[in-house]
Amino acid sequence: MASHDEVIAIAERVRSGETSALDVTQAALAGIEAKNGRLNAFLTVSHESALDQARAVDAKRARGEKLGPLAGVPIGIKDALCTRGVVTTAASKILQGYVPPYDATVVARLRAADAIIIGKTNMDEFAMGSSNENSAYGPVKNPWDPERTPGGSSGGSAAAVAARMVSATLGSDTGGSIRQPAALTGTVGIKPTYGRVSRFGLIAFASSLDQVGPFATDVRGAARVLGVISGKDSKDATSLGAPVDDYEGACGKSVKGLRIGVPAEYFAKGLDPEVEASIRAAISELEAEGCVVRPVKLPHTRYALATYYIIADAEASSNLARFDGVRYGLRVEPSGPGKADLKAMYGATRDAGFGTEVKRRILLGTFVLSAGYYDAYYLKAQKVRTLIRRDFEEAFREVDVICSPTSPTPAFRLGEKVDDPLAMYLNDVYTLPASLAGIPGCSVPAKPTASGLPVGLQIVAPWLEESKMFSVAAAFEARSPGLVPPQAS
Amino acid sequence: MTTRIDRAQVEHIAQLASLVLADDETERLTRELAEMVRYVEELNELDTSNVEPTAYVQLERSELRGDAVEASLQRDETLAQAPQSAHGGFAVPTFVEN
Repeated sequence: MASHDEVIAIAERVRSGETSALDVTQAALAGIEAKNGRLNAFLTVSHESALDQARAVDAKRARGEKLGPLAGVPIGIKDALCTRGVVTTAASKILQGYVPPYDATVVARLRAADAIIIGKTNMDEFAMGSSNENSAYGPVKNPWDPERTPGGSSGGSAAAVAARMVSATLGSDTGGSIRQPAALTGTVGIKPTYGRVSRFGLIAFASSLDQVGPFATDVRGAARVLGVISGKDSKDATSLGAPVDDYEGACGKSVKGLRIGVPAEYFAKGLDPEVEASIRAAISELEAEGCVVRPVKLPHTRYALATYYIIADAEASSNLARFDGVRYGLRVEPSGPGKADLKAMYGATRDAGFGTEVKRRILLGTFVLSAGYYDAYYLKAQKVRTLIRRDFEEAFREVDVICSPTSPTPAFRLGEKVDDPLAMYLNDVYTLPASLAGIPGCSVPAKPTASGLPVGLQIVAPWLEESKMFSVAAAFEARSPGLVPPQAS
Repeated sequence: MTTRIDRAQVEHIAQLASLVLADDETERLTRELAEMVRYVEELNELDTSNVEPTAYVQLERSELRGDAVEASLQRDETLAQAPQSAHGGFAVPTFVEN
């Protein structure tokens, strides 16, 4: 199977009858079975239902019906997205065994496009983390080096694609949770414009930031998946009605004359020298392709991390209030003398169900929203968010897209930063500003380090200009070697 | 403004958030929360007195959907996910005395 255009190659072969959806699905299931013990990328594998879906696609073809754009393509779904009839836990003990009675809109759209929903991928609990070490079901290992993290929070979705268990997955990105793991695993990861993709059925972390997006082995494959899941959804009032562009078509477009902005603030202290060299080389490649490179200023970049953690944690503390042991998931009745009461049950359930990182963020979020502190922290952060958004508005008057490293370092070792929350949070320093501004961004594999670890080039574009981002990403991909981890084949 | 985070404050916030914390957990989270609050106070360097807050980065005004009757989740299916149910509803411990 070719490593490039895998999503599209599979769909076209199934549509033409050259191969069956059942064969593709069986091969993917075998690959997951062979590799998952080592990587822990999947939490649930829907063996029987995936085979049933594949048979249904083949039967549709046999009846002469037209197949969808993802015909027979097995896709892994981050466990933060609800899947009807399939356990969905957000990698938390508090949702252990929860089986949603409905599909997230993005999952329903994949099914309608004849994709095969093959299973649920591991993640940091409630998408809180940058290394996938906060999963209640154990960390994911990076296929390039199992002693290293694949990044987070969509670490399972990234590792599953990197290891070629599947050619595409869905993740969710709140502060960089698609782009950062894509960079650390050598895959393509896309965070669309805020509102481009419905959040209905996504277990909420921070509602003003969360976006669903694809991982894929190649840019065109990611473009096809994004095209399928994008567009207005009446079930999500924040989803946008703007027409969905032809992302796949944008991949072949010339980038000659396109202006690329390079922000000095993203090449500052803390950036690994090998990552810097790789990204500067990538920008030179784009220049060789005819792009015009110029410096841009994003002066409020250094405030993005503090702004993000106030806003995201405030929203998280509110969203996670719904996990109280009443309607779904875990319930713990308090032990000891005295009559059980409702408040004590909430406390006991949340104590047993949430991990430390989730508790830490709920506490910070509750603090910044509490009486006396709201204006000083939460409102202040919302105002700084405006300044960060304006930085991008100014920059995009001068350039078409902005290029930078996705992550300041290559994949770090498991356990290396787990006891230092601030050091861990700094991993997202280059992805957070675009999240706060709501603009689209992607990570595409650049030249790896000398020791063979992947490096990601981040490309961000103005609101709803995903097509420009895809054109640049595809142009760069055409000039760079595909990355396949040594143990994937 | 500089806020000092102490153990009593963390216990109070935990209570507001319906979180029961073990002793050692309270101690660790007090330390970590104090460090994080100190860090986020770097925003005080910026003068934002004339800046409008951004709550959502919406590009367009949200449209209201039509007031049409649609299928909703089935009661049995929904209650099947509850830890306890009774008489067609979610069951919770007694919280009102007779």
